[in-house]
Amino acid sequence: MIPAAFDYKRAASAEEAISLLSQAGDDAKIIAGGHSLLPLMKLRLASPSVLIDVGRLQELSYIRDGGDHVAIGALTRHRDLETSDLLAKDVGILAHTAGLVGDPQVRHRGTIGGSIAHGDPASDLPAVVLALGGTLVARGSGGEREIAATDFFRGFLETALEPDELLTEIRVPKLAGGWSYQKFNRRSQDWAIVGVAAARVNGGTGVALVNMGQTPVRASAVEAALGSGASVADAAAKAADGLDPPSDLNATPEYRRHLASVLVRRALEEVGG
Amino acid sequence: MVMKVSMSVNGRAQDHDVEPRVLLVHYLREVVGLTGTNVGCDTSSCGACTVLLDGESVKSCTLLAVQADGASITTIEGLATDGQMHPMQEAFRENHGLQCGFCTPGMVMAAVSLLQEHPHPSEAEVRHGLEGNLCRCTGYHNIVKAVLAAASAPAEASA
Amino acid sequence: MTAVVGTRQLRREDPELLTGEARFVDDLVVPGALHMAVVRSPHAHARILSVDTSGARALPGVVAAFTGADLRDEWAAAMPCAWPVTADMKNPEHFPVAVDKACYSGDAVAVVLAETESQAKDAAESIVVDYEAMPAVVDLEDALEDNLVIHDSLGTNVSYTWNLEPDADAVERAFRDAAHTVSERYVQQRLIPSAMEPRGVCVVPQPFAGEYAVYSSTQIPHILKIMLGLTTGVSESKIRVVAPAVGGGFGSKLNVYAEELLCLALARRMKRPVRWTEERSENSHATIQGRGQIQHIDLAADATGKITAVRVRLLADMGAYLQLVTPGIPLLGAFIYPGVYDVAAYSFSCTGVFTTKTPTDAYRGAGRPEATYAIERAIDALAKEVGIDPAEIRRRNFVAASAFPYQSVGGLVFDSGDYAPALQRALDLVGYDNLRSEQAERRAAGSTRQLGIGISSYMEMCGLAPSRALASLNYSAGGWEAATVRILPTCKVQVVTGTSPHGQGHETSWSMIVADKLGVPVEDIEVLHSDTAISPYGMDTYGSRSLSVGGTAVWLATEKVIEKARAIAAHQLEAAEEDLTFEAGTFSVKGSPDRALPLAGVAFGAFTAHNLPDGMEPNLEASSHFDPPNFTFPFGTHICVVEVDEETGAVALLNYVAVDDCGNQVNPLIVEGQIHGGIVQGIGQALFEEAVYDPDGNLLTSTLADYLIPSAAEFPNIVTDYTVTPSPTNPMGVKGIGEAGTIASTPAVINAIVDALSPYGIRDIDMPASPQRVWSAIATARSAKEARA
Repeated sequence: MIPAAFDYKRAASAEEAISLLSQAGDDAKIIAGGHSLLPLMKLRLASPSVLIDVGRLQELSYIRDGGDHVAIGALTRHRDLETSDLLAKDVGILAHTAGLVGDPQVRHRGTIGGSIAHGDPASDLPAVVLALGGTLVARGSGGEREIAATDFFRGFLETALEPDELLTEIRVPKLAGGWSYQKFNRRSQDWAIVGVAAARVNGGTGVALVNMGQTPVRASAVEAALGSGASVADAAAKAADGLDPPSDLNATPEYRRHLASVLVRRALEEVGG
Repeated sequence: MVMKVSMSVNGRAQDHDVEPRVLLVHYLREVVGLTGTNVGCDTSSCGACTVLLDGESVKSCTLLAVQADGASITTIEGLATDGQMHPMQEAFRENHGLQCGFCTPGMVMAAVSLLQEHPHPSEAEVRHGLEGNLCRCTGYHNIVKAVLAAASAPAEASA
Repeated sequence: MTAVVGTRQLRREDPELLTGEARFVDDLVVPGALHMAVVRSPHAHARILSVDTSGARALPGVVAAFTGADLRDEWAAAMPCAWPVTADMKNPEHFPVAVDKACYSGDAVAVVLAETESQAKDAAESIVVDYEAMPAVVDLEDALEDNLVIHDSLGTNVSYTWNLEPDADAVERAFRDAAHTVSERYVQQRLIPSAMEPRGVCVVPQPFAGEYAVYSSTQIPHILKIMLGLTTGVSESKIRVVAPAVGGGFGSKLNVYAEELLCLALARRMKRPVRWTEERSENSHATIQGRGQIQHIDLAADATGKITAVRVRLLADMGAYLQLVTPGIPLLGAFIYPGVYDVAAYSFSCTGVFTTKTPTDAYRGAGRPEATYAIERAIDALAKEVGIDPAEIRRRNFVAASAFPYQSVGGLVFDSGDYAPALQRALDLVGYDNLRSEQAERRAAGSTRQLGIGISSYMEMCGLAPSRALASLNYSAGGWEAATVRILPTCKVQVVTGTSPHGQGHETSWSMIVADKLGVPVEDIEVLHSDTAISPYGMDTYGSRSLSVGGTAVWLATEKVIEKARAIAAHQLEAAEEDLTFEAGTFSVKGSPDRALPLAGVAFGAFTAHNLPDGMEPNLEASSHFDPPNFTFPFGTHICVVEVDEETGAVALLNYVAVDDCGNQVNPLIVEGQIHGGIVQGIGQALFEEAVYDPDGNLLTSTLADYLIPSAAEFPNIVTDYTVTPSPTNPMGVKGIGEAGTIASTPAVINAIVDALSPYGIRDIDMPASPQRVWSAIATARSAKEARA
């Protein structure tokens, strides 16, 4: 319940955060809302020696119209996504799904950047950004770079961010067509046992899965089947193709595969043509 | 390492030196001396420690005191004014929305925040709005009833 | 003044709980207190080769660290088990800190004392324990085989076998002659009670006086005081136990725990206050767990579905040690496996076995939920077998209203009951016939969302009593309860009760009882409790006993006070006692209403003692120690409606109707709250909760993120209604209601799921009925069907 001792640095700007990161070394952790990191620290499953608090960087809390896309500052809270008129109009799936993350208290603190940078395969928002084919903007001592969401999630809780890089912005395309987010869990506040994000993007259908592997993953087989004209039911049957879903108290891999196909079918039906 | 933190708690300025690892809930209970906010778990699951930070519900066990530096915190002790319980507290009493009372401070704070965001919720919205708070006594029925009653009460149900 | 008993009075307990004023143990400010942290075994079963506390002792703020061996001389006796159910029951010696061997994951192996909680936690991590891990004994049936004996000194994992078989031949005959039989096996998974307030203890010593104030988050301050004396050797008269605000118990705080003994012994040793607050994961590992049984139940019936015999064989998981009443818990169900049904032949046997898991003990319902689950599930199986509706088979078997008081085959006499109207009311409220039509329509249409309707008609025995009956069960305590009522000089009233509420609202209910009897406003009545210095006699709060036993003691003490007041009033009014009436707080002479004396006048007169009858002692105070003549037997019918999503296995609760009968109600508001909460806890067992152990004996559900206590979002509203059949065994005609909801609801939910899935031939589903289990049951049934086709 009480974390091990650590040093705490508060960054006044993104630049300062990056410079603190490069000074602090591997053992440092960025903390924003803290809702992924602090629970681990309290159970002493994580004991960073330095925490760099970026929670006050107002400059990274925004939701902006970028023309064909919406640009979201990494420190934008779930609650702000949930209630954003711009997102409701142009990227409804993100506003809707943000409202399903954790519980209201979590949504008042947790940020989209924290959720994505943590890279948890069980989180909701990474799958949405993946399904939408979003772009992630990272800033480090070497400057700023854009990373396609599809290249971002590398392994279990492992991302393409360099040790001295800070995720600063998430860009998602505006949607013209249907979308769906299917979250299956036993209690409303819990992580998804399996989740599905699906949306019509750029004439195709993007589909990504929650808790179906070591990382948030795209349902490539489903997307390919749809692309070659398969029916919703046939495409959905391929939901878990090539995936190695985890086993835990709530689900065996076999059950997860089954759930994925049911939920993908439901999602595609909701997305429509 | 020790850090200086300043915040307003229930309208009073507080300034203390704390270790960075001190959680907001421990700061409130042990440093400020307000023990109404309870600790029920260690995984941010139960919501017993819910307080308002700048008017919004947060779980004070999942927040470092240093993260709340400069913020305005309202705890259960800060809800009543002039010796009168807050309408949400009254509604919990009127509707028997508590038994042992341990989850109650957090539940009430979560409910106050919920009504600020959804002044006229449906029953389903109340149930989902309280998804982050666990109660082992009431079966939630009367808690939901209390929140709906507070929402329809003529007096404003805001903090 | 109008009567308040029977009306929905708001609780007087609420304002302090709603405003943060209430003080739980962890809220107490105790200057100079040392914080205790406990080092716990990460292994389910391991020899302790060495414990090195030197690193911890060198850390800042650390005052002391002790191993089990260091503390061995602190104990005058081992940890208590107060319910030796058989003469030859095996009970392993059990100390607060393990000495040679850890027998479950969470067993204490060392403690550390430091100036702050953080320092104590940091130091606990620095204690180095060298373990030799041994294989765990997790499975009950495996434990029974004695392949690996956990406690060498016992030579077996079997603690006891307890039988109740009034007429073995009759049972055998009934099964031989039966037209129908069903034989079912059910698993009662282990549950973690999870009171929202974790336990806490703080002991404040007065070293020169040799006195100890023990503040504990307990349901049983009185019993704890005795046990603390016996185990630490401190004189019982030097111990004061206070249960301040207590955040729920559900049986988990009906115990005597290692940490309570440790804080007292270490406060004695260190001559400083010692405190400890449990973390949630400690609560999961080191506070007792509930249930943990494998049940075999066989029913024999005639051609019409009338049950002729019930046979029950239980295997009950004790865990690693026997806690306060561990072995007796399954036996609390032994008397009610035949349920609400008129059964002539009955046989029960229970074997308690040790495993390398957290000890089990009382959890809301304690034995009766398990019994009710078994009979209510089995009767549904029988209905299928006979081919009649589940409601109809219940009607055919109910004990008739005319049969009460009913001599049951298990030996107890059920006080009162009228089971059929409660069933009918529940059927009407839920719209049973319409639901059955809708169910048929959905099935015909091939819907993937199946409707299920589950009925549970229950009765239970509560208010653990009378003392003589408890003696026959070898329970080492009585079933009485004490109360004192005193009227102060200004006619304010103090009620002292031996019950120890932790959410039940005794202050409100007891003051209502006294208000009506004395004609005094409820606000003028103070209820004192949960402090052995204020309330020296008590048997505390558990087993739905408080109102029917403790409330009755309050009622009787009030009667005695009134009788004394009557004598004083008669003296002062110069009338005969029998000529006085006492109404609305005033004594008056029959036929001469102007000759009257209000209670306030009597109270002041009793205080000044200026004009009392010869030989009468001053003051208005009386005590009662009520030992009830029988248990009370509440009953009712609950009906649950579910929708099962066949594609995912998800179960949605659509409606829940509860019709309960707890006799006369003192405060219907509180009754309703107990029912709601009880139902949701029982549904928790049916759908969400399980203490899951892996084969190595590790608890995999030690946090509230993994142990799924449901939230408001998982439930519909609950429809409640009542019938009223007063109990003849106490003057208020009341029965317990604290556990009824939990007892009734679990089988209602599972019956509903099995009902929904009955077209697949599915007869059972293990609890909790998680989506995966439901889906997998459907998938298995489907492939079996395909294999046959």
